[in-house]
Amino acid sequence: MSTEARKPPPQIALKIRRILGGRAGWNGVAVQFAFAAILGWIGYEIISNARANLENQHIAAGFGFLRNNAGFDVNQTLISYSGSDTFLRVFVVGLLNTLVVSAVGIVFATVIGFIVALCRLSPNWLLSRVSEIYVEVIRNLPLLFQILFWYLAVLAALPNPRQSISLLGIAFISNRGLVIPSAIGERGLEPFLAMLAFGVVASLALHFHARRALFRQGRVIRIWPYVLGLLFGLPLATVLMFGLPLTFELPQLRGFNFAGGSRIIPEFVALTLALSTYTAAFIAEIVRAGILSVHKGQMEAGSSLGLSRGATLRLIVVPQAMRVIVPPLTNQYLNLTKNSSLAVAIGYPDLVSVFAGTSLSQTGQAIEIIAMTMGMYLLISLFTSAVMSVYGWRVNRGLGA
Amino acid sequence: MKRVTLALTLALAAGLSTQAADAQTLKTVKDRGMLSCGVSQGLPGFSSPDDKGNWTGIDVDVCRAIAGAIFNDPAKVKFVPLSAKDRFTALQSGEIDVLSRNTTWTISRDTSLGANFTGVTYYDGQGFMVKKSLKVNSALELNSASVCVQTGTTTEQNLADYFKANNMKYEVIAFATNDETVKAYEAGRCDVFTTDQSGLYANRLKLANPNDHMVLPEIISKEPLGPMVRHGDDQWFDIVKWTLFAMITAEELGVTSKNVDEKAKLENPELKRVLGSDGNFGEQLGLTKDWVVRIVKTVGNYGEVFDRNVGAGSPLAINRGLNNLWNKGGLQYAPPIR
Repeated sequence: MSTEARKPPPQIALKIRRILGGRAGWNGVAVQFAFAAILGWIGYEIISNARANLENQHIAAGFGFLRNNAGFDVNQTLISYSGSDTFLRVFVVGLLNTLVVSAVGIVFATVIGFIVALCRLSPNWLLSRVSEIYVEVIRNLPLLFQILFWYLAVLAALPNPRQSISLLGIAFISNRGLVIPSAIGERGLEPFLAMLAFGVVASLALHFHARRALFRQGRVIRIWPYVLGLLFGLPLATVLMFGLPLTFELPQLRGFNFAGGSRIIPEFVALTLALSTYTAAFIAEIVRAGILSVHKGQMEAGSSLGLSRGATLRLIVVPQAMRVIVPPLTNQYLNLTKNSSLAVAIGYPDLVSVFAGTSLSQTGQAIEIIAMTMGMYLLISLFTSAVMSVYGWRVNRGLGA
Repeated sequence: MKRVTLALTLALAAGLSTQAADAQTLKTVKDRGMLSCGVSQGLPGFSSPDDKGNWTGIDVDVCRAIAGAIFNDPAKVKFVPLSAKDRFTALQSGEIDVLSRNTTWTISRDTSLGANFTGVTYYDGQGFMVKKSLKVNSALELNSASVCVQTGTTTEQNLADYFKANNMKYEVIAFATNDETVKAYEAGRCDVFTTDQSGLYANRLKLANPNDHMVLPEIISKEPLGPMVRHGDDQWFDIVKWTLFAMITAEELGVTSKNVDEKAKLENPELKRVLGSDGNFGEQLGLTKDWVVRIVKTVGNYGEVFDRNVGAGSPLAINRGLNNLWNKGGLQYAPPIR
């Protein structure tokens, strides 16, 4: 505090000169401003020129088309949608389809990637060779071919709906996808969910209490009977009082296809499979690099404490390796999300397929639609990066680094 | 200075047309020495490359006829294969001079894309193809069926309208290209494949066992297919429009690629006008006096083009039907050349 009092009062002009001008002083500031002005002017010329050209050629412009009826149907919709909805809703439908395939793909890719990496580092010769072959084969084949392969392989292996494979008579697998019973909420649903939420919160509180007791006073508290009662007993009690929370609608074969039930389409399965196995090959190498970056003395220290190999990895090595793993892992997550746009090859209705594809050719408004699609991918990627940055920061803080 | 900025910004604004609205497409084509023609990625009968890379089909012949009229050389065409969803962007950006790619004439495409249709090369309608083993005889029996369709087409919207109007449910699977759509249909992903009926017959030839599949009798839409040019160049619009009319007029007058030279010598006033020894209609279009002779020598008259590509002389063997001349029970009709 005392040093600040002796400094001259901060002068904004001087600050600007230092930040923008650097060593060149005011000349540098002038150059910076001129450069920014030129950039702004070029941007303005591009936009006004594009607008003038569009007007001259009588090509419709603007975002008014978003309120028009789309007039076509989409196969997989997470929100209700029909052909009489607007292009804006098509955009949301496509976006949700992209998000769901990316999210599921990221989860599977991470799990498979970690497993493959640990197998590759395993002392078991067969296990490590098999995972090495997996990595080398998968990451060296173009993704588009893998997507097509999974799609055609999945389709070829499955029978038509009339000969579908029945799983206990409630779920059916055919080349129309996996049909499962759909859940319908009943009167008992709300109290059931409320009690379940209460149970989860109360269990977490108990868990923290037990940890504190362990770390502060060295007391071990047995909490699992209470947790069991909270998580299962309370919801079960609501079922007895209010009746079943859910009933299930069974799918039935009618005509060409199944009526009722919910369905996972084969396009989704093929795309998720291809994206997650492909990205997992890269993640496996990243995780391997991360683990190898931890000094092997840490492993030895773990075993000298009497920890098993698994426990040493889980408690000592992986937490330290995460510091190295997280930044490149973020890249892979971003890649997976962007690669999901290859969906159009197999007819999965993602953002690029239904919005930058069908909607674009129905309306012809390429500039607006491509700009919206690019903006959306940018937002998704920036959001993913932000989340991973926060996670990376927490990992680093946890290690006291 | 203004010109420099313009050049700079135009270079930066990739994908946007650099041509002003009153661009001289004919001059551009002549300077380039080559017509750039947008076609499909392979639809037998309309535009498809053979094993040597030569393009054939009705849509291809329209472009060859235009090249014939301008250069007197059918080889001076560069064919640009385009997917359904890329075709309009390619035309708007100036990558192609004419889009001749089994494209349906609709009001929204005519008014909002900055492009114009010049005529109808083929009167088509949307139909359905199914496996014979499904034992379906009418499109009205298709409730709850899965339908494969190519994305970015009028087909997708007609399909939605038809099933809604008939209170039927369906599942739509939309693919980016024709080949992917056909492959998914063949793999059993869907029960029904839908596109323009001519396209159904053309694609059936690509299947492993064409006889296991049948085209249902219903036609659920009007699909007049024709060439498109950019909006704002009236001369170029006229050239493309009258090339097609010249082919139809030639058929009407019995002028074929074989007898065109003899017909040109006859003292028939109408033949003299059309074939250029009387009047200068060709020059008014920006072409030469003998433009019709050039067109007919290049590809033949409309009837010859039809027979060779989709009609009796082709594997598709489609009847003339609506595409017959107006005086033979069809719809093909050209305004008089006089």
